[in-house]
Amino acid sequence: MSFLENYAFYIGAFGLILIGLYVILVKHNLIKVIIGLAVLDTGVNLFLISVGYITEGTAPIFSGSETDGQQMVDPVPQALVLTAIVIGVAVLALALSLAIRLYHHYGTLNLREIREQKW
Amino acid sequence: MIFFVSLLVVLMLLGAVAACIFRDLISAVIAAALVSLIASILFYFLQAPDVAMAEAAIGAALTTAIFIVAIRRTNRYEQ
Amino acid sequence: MRKTISIILLSIVAVGMSLSLAKVPFGQPKTKVGQRYIDKGVEETGAVNIVTSVVVSYRGFDTLGEVTVLFIAATGLGAVLKIGKREAAAIEPASFVLRTGCRVLFPLILVFGSYIFIHGHLTPGGGFQGGAIVASAFVLIYLGCRERRISETASTTLESLGGLVFVVAGLIGLAVGGYFLLNFVPKGQPYSLLSAGIIPVIYIAIGFKVGSELAGIIDNLIEEST
Repeated sequence: MSFLENYAFYIGAFGLILIGLYVILVKHNLIKVIIGLAVLDTGVNLFLISVGYITEGTAPIFSGSETDGQQMVDPVPQALVLTAIVIGVAVLALALSLAIRLYHHYGTLNLREIREQKW
Repeated sequence: MIFFVSLLVVLMLLGAVAACIFRDLISAVIAAALVSLIASILFYFLQAPDVAMAEAAIGAALTTAIFIVAIRRTNRYEQ
Repeated sequence: MRKTISIILLSIVAVGMSLSLAKVPFGQPKTKVGQRYIDKGVEETGAVNIVTSVVVSYRGFDTLGEVTVLFIAATGLGAVLKIGKREAAAIEPASFVLRTGCRVLFPLILVFGSYIFIHGHLTPGGGFQGGAIVASAFVLIYLGCRERRISETASTTLESLGGLVFVVAGLIGLAVGGYFLLNFVPKGQPYSLLSAGIIPVIYIAIGFKVGSELAGIIDNLIEEST
């Protein structure tokens, strides 16, 4: 019970990273590999935010009410993850444009057939 | 409260496994959008409202739109 | 064969990660610099949202790098996908209800996105979130009224102007004070709209830039035939 309380977020992030890595390593279709990259990205961001959490903390915004003396969670990982999410979507868009050009050139998106067709 | 979070984590992992298994690529993209949406709810539980808003707007909406437009120009089914 | 090797490798990674995750306690304060940003944040930058002051003021140079990476990705996508000129095939227009609904919703979503990036230093939000919402409004127009496109010169001009305002604001800070991105505008009262110095100006520039950039990415990916 206390194990679940302490580690539920870690298990979620950790499972997403492993599933994303499995999809990248095993699947043959190029768009499936890019979907695995997106899942891996979400897992790493979830892990970074859950490291910065402080028990019984509140969001790092002052609101002018009398609850401003409380302990706040760490704001530095949140700023870094904001950057990471935007860069993740930029990389995904560029990868998809390269996949479209590969499809126009080879006629298929199966990585085994592309590797055989090269010579 | 902790049971609710555990239920959401189990649902997120099932969505990620579904994105790996489906052969119709548009269904796999919708499963990845489900993963992103539940991650946004978990960010809210970790007291990070800025990151939750960014993940919901960028991860769930724009990534899905970019994927669907790219799949339209190539094959729909995985061979 | 490939599956068994990858499962063995991933189980080695899993064992290593879980052994090192047991040493990271969940819920304990781990750094000291976060507490210092919370204590001195409002009086040094004037912004009430501490994450905004970290992103724009304390770590402003990293945000400049991120804006550059986004710009490079959008330009690269435009360069890779110019296969030929687009042939305009005949598209059947959407139904009347869909077209009118999209036309009614479009200015409302634009106003909501602008509200989020203008008030970035007071409420949760900021340039990136507001820019993504503005880009979603343009995706709605592409789905509903299929024959309208945004003009390419307008989107690239807005994007370049946004980046230029950010860099010029930093250079003015370098000329006036001592270092790049110095907060040279006087900080007003906290909790009011015209406070926090240069932070609202930078976030408005980032909001315009990210919105037009993401809309331009979708515009380059959509092809009209088939």
